[in-house]
Amino acid sequence: MGQTIIEKIIAHNIGVKSVKPGDIVTVNVDRVMLDDIMIAFVNKKFEEMGFSKVWDPEKIVLIYDHFVPASQVDDTRAYKAGDDFVDKYNIKNIHRSDGICHQLMTEAGYVKPGDIVFGTDSHTTTYGCVGAFSTGIGYTEMAGILGTGQLWVKVPSTIKVTINGNLPEGVYSKDVILRIIGDLTAAGATYQALEFCGDTIENMSIASRMTISNMAIEAGAKCALFTPDSKTAEYCDITLNEFQMNLVGDEDAVYAKELVYKAEDFVPNMACPSQVDAIKPVSELKGTKIDQVFIGSCTNGRLEDLQAAAAVLKNKTICPYVKLIITPASRKIYKAALADGTLEILSKAGAMITHPGCGLCCGRAGGILTDEEVVVSTNNRNFLGRMGTSKVKIYLASPATAAMCAIKGEI
Amino acid sequence: MSESFTGRVWILGNDIDTDIIIPTDYLALNTVKEMAPFGFSPLRPELASLIKEGDIIVAGSNFGCGSSREQAPEVVKALGIKAVIADSFARIFFRNAINNGLLLIECPGLSQIVKEGDEITVVPGNHITYEDKDYPIASLPENLMEILKAGGLVSAMRARNGLTD
Amino acid sequence: MGMTMAEKIIALAASVAEAKAGDIYTVELDRLMSNDGTTHLTIDMFNKLKNPVIKDVNKLVWIVDHNIPSDSPKTAASHKKMRDFAREKGIAFYEGEGVCHQIMMENHVRPGELIFGADSHTCAYGALGAFGTGVGCTDYLYAMVTGESWLLVPETLRFNLHGTLKKGVYARDLILTIIGKIGANGANYMAMEFAGDGMKSLSMADRISICNLCVEAGAKTALMEVDDIALDYLKLNGNRKPKAIVSSDEDANFAKIFDINLNEIEPIVAKPHFVDQVVAATECLGVHIDEAFLGSCNNGRLEDLRVGASIIKGKKVSDKVRFLVVPASRTVYQEAMAEGLIDIFMDAGAIVMNPNCSVCWGSCQGVIGEGETLISTGTRNFKGRAGHKDSFVYLASAATVTASAIAGYITTADRI
Repeated sequence: MGQTIIEKIIAHNIGVKSVKPGDIVTVNVDRVMLDDIMIAFVNKKFEEMGFSKVWDPEKIVLIYDHFVPASQVDDTRAYKAGDDFVDKYNIKNIHRSDGICHQLMTEAGYVKPGDIVFGTDSHTTTYGCVGAFSTGIGYTEMAGILGTGQLWVKVPSTIKVTINGNLPEGVYSKDVILRIIGDLTAAGATYQALEFCGDTIENMSIASRMTISNMAIEAGAKCALFTPDSKTAEYCDITLNEFQMNLVGDEDAVYAKELVYKAEDFVPNMACPSQVDAIKPVSELKGTKIDQVFIGSCTNGRLEDLQAAAAVLKNKTICPYVKLIITPASRKIYKAALADGTLEILSKAGAMITHPGCGLCCGRAGGILTDEEVVVSTNNRNFLGRMGTSKVKIYLASPATAAMCAIKGEI
Repeated sequence: MSESFTGRVWILGNDIDTDIIIPTDYLALNTVKEMAPFGFSPLRPELASLIKEGDIIVAGSNFGCGSSREQAPEVVKALGIKAVIADSFARIFFRNAINNGLLLIECPGLSQIVKEGDEITVVPGNHITYEDKDYPIASLPENLMEILKAGGLVSAMRARNGLTD
Repeated sequence: MGMTMAEKIIALAASVAEAKAGDIYTVELDRLMSNDGTTHLTIDMFNKLKNPVIKDVNKLVWIVDHNIPSDSPKTAASHKKMRDFAREKGIAFYEGEGVCHQIMMENHVRPGELIFGADSHTCAYGALGAFGTGVGCTDYLYAMVTGESWLLVPETLRFNLHGTLKKGVYARDLILTIIGKIGANGANYMAMEFAGDGMKSLSMADRISICNLCVEAGAKTALMEVDDIALDYLKLNGNRKPKAIVSSDEDANFAKIFDINLNEIEPIVAKPHFVDQVVAATECLGVHIDEAFLGSCNNGRLEDLRVGASIIKGKKVSDKVRFLVVPASRTVYQEAMAEGLIDIFMDAGAIVMNPNCSVCWGSCQGVIGEGETLISTGTRNFKGRAGHKDSFVYLASAATVTASAIAGYITTADRI
């Protein structure tokens, strides 16, 4: 019988011919990601467990991003905890100010197609963009993996999403995933894998796919997978092996559900306050006054996102009294946007360009708002209170839509 | 944990989220023991004080949905709950429960059959007996049972590393 | 008898022919700058007044620079209050454009003006021959409502600068040396005036850096004669016309005159926790650092970034050191970007932030934690200034700060 992508990855990992949804298996972990928020907790559990060394220093990546730059005096404790941890266990893969964890994991080559990766952050689903099975876990489990290199997983069933055709102008992968989350609802894919296919998906850049896999968790998904192709190989700087090339859902694979879309039917969308699945077309929200725009995050802080914003903002200036905060997702992206003039255009239009990191998205700094303020943001969550008080209204949108809102001062 | 046990049942509905199990306000308390009296308080404020050691929760679908807070399964366990039986569990809660040594059993439909206050007998990995009728349940794989038997992932790892609690 | 620059500017503002040190005058203010450190308090007081009015809204400049982007709902609320008020009244308003004093220098300050700023480092405006001084928000409110204030004419300490600074020595070393010499209260209530042939070798960036730090010696204001370098700067930045170009008369009465040979100045470090705790940088060699900061109204200009970039080009920031590079304004950022400086810093592993007060303000992004040590081009090294109350700040030039960021401990550029 045929298999879905996730079934193939798990079966390959544990060395069996096939697995089926519901099976509980123990996988060998190819890579783990720890971030600055969780490192101290992981370390505490790791020590309680009585481990004296990590299973494989090479496979552990520690990334400081939520607390960079530090906005509260205690933030630097996380750096200290992390620095002590990597020194003690001889871990070399550490990034102290290079950008957001989920961007760096694929960008810096830590994740390859077919890998199984766990991270101490719910948006770890991002690496599905290169065909890796990746998902978020708690700090206790991470401590266990650090000691053993293994973790049990329940093989998820798969929802197949097929999109064919050409997206209309001004419509981006962000609009696509917002619509899909709206259709599935916030819990609609709980415990399940999403699998994306169709020529629209094939034509998307890795960056665009990343936006989709990143937000899959907002529908409750365990992971979101894309078939590795030549773009994946180029992005990962590898030649795909037979296993990786075969990471495609078989025709006779069994899916829990199938969604089929025509690309031409998508429109620019927004997630309205305060549920990620409260999706409305931008056209229905026109005229809503805004105070701030944020372009960045692991969802939409990549070069093509900044370029899309710059295309809208070129030779224009943002609306007076509206703030536009732009946070590139990584140092590499910042440099690329510097080199191609994107940052210059954005700065001249009036944007505040901050150092790569989680910025406003994690709600600790980078443009926190207050009662009655409205923000249009390209990140992944608009939960109540996420960017300030519970009376802040957060609309999620694509970078192009967000940039347009910054010029108009309204949606 | 593989031995059978009998316990009194508390019935809960669908979508029991982590904010119901332990509201955010109480997460600031220092220990899970201090949090436990507030367990399930948004839904049934009296419940925590009525639960006795060895009781069993039987609930509907999507038990434990919401945030990843590991305090949720820890509070349920601290209240003395021997097992949670539900139509289905939310993903992160499921993992966190096993890792904290809380037994979860999927048994779709049972919450529609059992009455609160009645007793049921659980034979882990095999079946649940209620009013002389058996309801089959799936077995957890050996490795998960080992985590549960050890009392959670930290204890399991300690044992693996030759340490005793 | 002759008058000092300070006396002349006050006489102009008081519409009197002559003013002398020790006199108190009612003066008309030319400009009133306020930032997000205190403006929300000013607004609260304003709103409590009976029939509040603003005398001349065109004189007000409000700047959000201390905590931008905002780091808490409280900060956001204070910004919103400021923004809504400025918008309603038509007050010139900058948010996220840069550090207030740099914005003022680039856009507003004119020679001969008398300027109140609700920030102690307002004395920076002396670099353009303007009398700038820091005031509290009550004084600010009074000036905002009446257009006037009272002012005690300060005595003047005159510094005659001779020669040029040696290679690898900067204006920052000069002013720290002077503060070390006269002490943290050595110029209390006084004006510090800088003149002499040595001025020729000092760029506008140097001059702003010098004037800006004079408050750390207790000075009420700092003043420099307006020359071609200053006039060129005005021309290039909005073609501003001077209100008046004044200089001290030959027979003016100075409280004290210092003659300083620039070529005798050495790289300096001010040790924790006072600005006048200055020692030769060589005395601090090897002190471990956790963070280095290149920025602020004191040393965040293009010239400073050039110094840092020339030292760090092709090198890397030490592994565990956070090297914050914070251009003083949007203009500085864009110029640094065009010159390739930002790229050099990003390559080296620095954290390049949007223009703001950063760690110099201590509650903005980049704060340091318990027991940590910072080497900074900021204005102050008071205990707790940069974050945790139990942390340490060393002040030094852009060159020394950058060199230390590379080494991971305090060192000078010639040792890198």
